[in-house]
Amino acid sequence: MSEKLAQTPSQTVGPFFHFALIEDGENILINEHTQGQVIRLVGTVYDGEGASIQDALIEIWQADAAGIFNSSEDPNHQKVDPNFKGFGRSDTRNKGQYCFDTVKPSNSSLDDNDQAPYIRLRVFARGMLVHATTRLYFSDEANQADPILSTVPASRRTTLIAKLERSQGVPTYRFDIYLQGDKETVFFEA
Amino acid sequence: MPEDKNLLSTLDWQVHPPYLHPAYKSTTKRSPQHDLTPIKQRLSDLTGPAYGEGDVAEIDADLTKNAVVNGEAIGERIIVVGRLLDEQSRPISNALVEVWQANACGRYIHKQDQHDAPLDPNFKGAGRILTNANGEYHFTSIKPGAYPWGNHHNAWRPAHIHFSVFGRAFNSRLVTQMYFPGDPLLALDPICNGVPDDKARARMISSYAHDVTSPAWALGYRFDIIVNGTKQTPFEIH
Repeated sequence: MSEKLAQTPSQTVGPFFHFALIEDGENILINEHTQGQVIRLVGTVYDGEGASIQDALIEIWQADAAGIFNSSEDPNHQKVDPNFKGFGRSDTRNKGQYCFDTVKPSNSSLDDNDQAPYIRLRVFARGMLVHATTRLYFSDEANQADPILSTVPASRRTTLIAKLERSQGVPTYRFDIYLQGDKETVFFEA
Repeated sequence: MPEDKNLLSTLDWQVHPPYLHPAYKSTTKRSPQHDLTPIKQRLSDLTGPAYGEGDVAEIDADLTKNAVVNGEAIGERIIVVGRLLDEQSRPISNALVEVWQANACGRYIHKQDQHDAPLDPNFKGAGRILTNANGEYHFTSIKPGAYPWGNHHNAWRPAHIHFSVFGRAFNSRLVTQMYFPGDPLLALDPICNGVPDDKARARMISSYAHDVTSPAWALGYRFDIIVNGTKQTPFEIH
């Protein structure tokens, strides 16, 4: 049996990644033919002193509206919505705010039956030697039985809930990210 | 419930730097203070974005040519090769590798870099490569220069190329920096030294590869990258 190789260590993404990693439209996971409820996901990234972070990189990954991941690991992936990307990137140059146009995902057969709708999210930035990984839930969904939220201390659970700010037209959910401080977002081992 | 071996290994915290490393000043306000919350894995953790031939062009892998306007990019040509593997030595094929760097003078094209060093009109400093069936990548570039930054008095980043790689899953993700052997600035760099283990730090330094060096053309460097993957050994995969 071969010996396990050691992982290559992480380093900061630094402040100058935009010209390499951000393409126009990479924060738009949908087009006019995408199935399901289109939503806008916004949020501001804050540091430990409550200052907004304008050089962060945010990535999201999620299932489509029918709960299918665009991945060969999903046994239903042949039926994934061809008009949905699943993966998106956003910078936070707009006063520390990121923005994604996506759809609300449904529960996937690859998750527990009582799993509430969620989106995986990752943060990179100057001053972060390693990325931070979390997941967001939706304030207008029944999250009480969610198996992962229940393992988070009750006082910190709200940091994982994206709040419905506007329901006319395209519903907008706000998920602010606090890297440090009283409202520090729950980050998961990944 | 998925069998343990089908699950992804997590980030190895004996290897990776901590969030808070006071010598690297901007970590002070940007480091989470709570421990990371453990999370039981599900099969959905094995999913992640996938890439294919249509996602990169050949010229994306040649930083000496992909932004040429009116002449050649200035600096020492280098060829960088390596393999992207998981901890079980399995190659990760069709993986997206994105690289970016400063020019030979140590200046980034990014507008916010105001370092008093010349820009090269024929060099942008960004590339994209897809690994092949053996998990191999290669690209051609110019050796980046060291550059000063404001972390402390007379602070200089060692010459480095930024790498962003995706393994097979969204949770198999690495952003790192490749350094060059024998660089005296490495010992003084708080970002590099954020990695506490000597052997781990050494894995971020490329090796000079004379077998890759192209006569009269470019010097070769090798940089293998290991990311977390499933715990199955290659012998257990049917």
